[in-house]
Amino acid sequence: MNKLLIKNGTVVFPDTTKKCDILIEGGKIKKISEEIAAEGCDVLDAAGLHVFPGLIDMHVHLREPGYEYKEDIASGSAAAVRGGFTQVCCMPNTNPVCDNAAVVGYIVSRGKAVNLTKVHPIGAITVGERGEQLAEIGKMKDAGAVAVSDDGKPVSDARMMRLAMEYASDFGMLCLSHCEDKSLVDGGVVNEGYHSTLAGLKGIPRAAEEVMIAREIVLAETLGKRVHICHVSTKGGVQMLREAKARGVKVTAETCPHYFTLTDEIILSYDTNSKVNPPVREEEDVAAIIEGLRDGTLDCIVTDHAPHHRDEKNVEYNLAAFGISGIETSFSLSYTNLVKTGKLTLNQLVQCMSTAPANILNLEGGSLIEGQVADIMVADLNEKYRIDSKDFVSKGKNTPFEGMEVYGRIKFTLVDGDIKYRD
Amino acid sequence: MLGKDLLGLYNVSAEDITLILDTAVGMKKLLTQNLKKLPHLQGRTVTTLFYENSTRTRCSFELAAKYLGAGTVNISASSSSVQKGETLIDTGYTLDAMKNDVIVIRHPMGGAPHILARHVKASIVNGGDGMNEHPTQALLDFFTMREKFGTLKGLKVAILGDIKHSRVAKSNLFGLSKLGAEVVMYAPATLMPQGIDRLGAKVAKSRAEALAGANVVMGLRIQLERQQGGLFPTLSEYNKYYGVNEDLLRLADKDCIVMHPGPVNRGVELTSEVIDAGNSKITEQVLNGVAVRMAVLFLLVKNRQGGEKNE
Repeated sequence: MNKLLIKNGTVVFPDTTKKCDILIEGGKIKKISEEIAAEGCDVLDAAGLHVFPGLIDMHVHLREPGYEYKEDIASGSAAAVRGGFTQVCCMPNTNPVCDNAAVVGYIVSRGKAVNLTKVHPIGAITVGERGEQLAEIGKMKDAGAVAVSDDGKPVSDARMMRLAMEYASDFGMLCLSHCEDKSLVDGGVVNEGYHSTLAGLKGIPRAAEEVMIAREIVLAETLGKRVHICHVSTKGGVQMLREAKARGVKVTAETCPHYFTLTDEIILSYDTNSKVNPPVREEEDVAAIIEGLRDGTLDCIVTDHAPHHRDEKNVEYNLAAFGISGIETSFSLSYTNLVKTGKLTLNQLVQCMSTAPANILNLEGGSLIEGQVADIMVADLNEKYRIDSKDFVSKGKNTPFEGMEVYGRIKFTLVDGDIKYRD
Repeated sequence: MLGKDLLGLYNVSAEDITLILDTAVGMKKLLTQNLKKLPHLQGRTVTTLFYENSTRTRCSFELAAKYLGAGTVNISASSSSVQKGETLIDTGYTLDAMKNDVIVIRHPMGGAPHILARHVKASIVNGGDGMNEHPTQALLDFFTMREKFGTLKGLKVAILGDIKHSRVAKSNLFGLSKLGAEVVMYAPATLMPQGIDRLGAKVAKSRAEALAGANVVMGLRIQLERQQGGLFPTLSEYNKYYGVNEDLLRLADKDCIVMHPGPVNRGVELTSEVIDAGNSKITEQVLNGVAVRMAVLFLLVKNRQGGEKNE
């Protein structure tokens, strides 16, 4: 297929939405115009559908190498395009840890071989994610890493984080910080509060997340360096980020669909699919997260896609693995809970799920512009469906959203102009 | 009506609690007549599945089942295939396949009985799960209070000790609130869980406030590992500022009773004088525990679809 015309669709740009045709040639967006004649090209009829820039998820776990029983780059990539994602950034907590150029190179080559979504590895900040010695950030960048993070294991030593922010900046690499003070977590498994007491499950206080957000803000501010805060879940975190941004601190931040969709009331059933780190919080946190997305304090929505084998969830709540398989439900949940409810515009949603991640990590795509790569997602916003984990192509069926009714079904996902997914 | 399982008192109605207590009255009568070969559960099997050490609760359930004529099997995690890595759910399938009618489970993690209950046909009785609930302990506490006062309505029950980690405190709170008693709690801030006030407890600011006019004074066990975990400095400091001694007990109602789920740390949460005083019901609680568990086992088995066995 050489030329492809997406016709009659409603195109969502970061700032406006209008009916346009999009002509794709050689993997790039050749032309965007109100009316393009279908001459000498294949036509994808998008009448009644919305056309978005391909979604970008800057926080996923693809589990390869080492945990292929949970997910691998093939299944994770297939899940990504089913979820409308044309680019994903995968966290380094694999086995071996992605803390060197060889593992980065392996992931890049596997991503290319699978050839569905674009797979960008995130390198570890420290060797083995042990928080003791900087990983070879320069070499990992040259091998294709787009950022560094010790996700899953916080960098507990403040000096080490300071050194990481300074050193990574020499290479234009951003540190993505998983904020969690383990001493305050102290074995907790759910949000600490009324519901943890009611369920008799050990709580994780908001402070465990917030003290480290505070530390990263202070470090970034005093060093004049950038930092990115992963999966913000608390009201206090949003407040600190808002104040820091107002002062000009170079901090960006993300949240996930479960933090604006669920409250910790869900733990009362002891359904281990609700177990995630950080934990889902309370009503006032949900409101603060949504407000943070609305006013730009939170830059983007990521999934923290964390597929697990059913055996790792089919146990006591305390023993179950943390994490939600979220890449196939992210768009529908975000559209249904943020846009359908009038809290965000469709354009803001595109910024959160595509434009902002592209800007933060300096990736291609992120908006539909002539000359840009033809990474495109087409969705039917009126189509209503029930989330059913049996439909997931991810190996991870661990979703707390089972049976939830949502709007916005992904119809097509195009990467470099090729249709990689079709509903 | 009581369902298939007894997982906690949070979801059990006042009527069902009263039914259990009323049934236990008859059971205690039989016990005091030394009738220990009753026909109620003949042909039934009750298994105790304990993932935590326990003397009184496991023994109490086993005797309750035996006195009612049931066959009993005791499994403790240390000697079972759990040590070989079998999951809770697989253990449940195994016990179910062997036609158990009731499984009494104790587990160090909250919600384990609920997860088990979703996977087996046998009735599940929660014998204590982590920091969550211990319904039969609370029921025997209610039984003991009712014997003394006739009703629970209007009683002031003071609970002192490690509230944060106590499944007994929570089951008591849920049941007592439904039955019209007032629950006042006191503990060091490090041993008081968040949101307990929203669950219906009054959190006292001092020992004196907690004890003033109380009809029931309940001490909770202070586990040594809490001190080792740094939640309070030493046992002697705990006793000095948070324990109950004879002098403090005078603040309570003159007809008050002293209770404790056991095992007691003498000289920590309660002094020996308080434990051994005439108004102490700690030993009576143990007898009542057997009667209440007989009632629970009997009612659950009776409720199983027309009284059918697991077959």
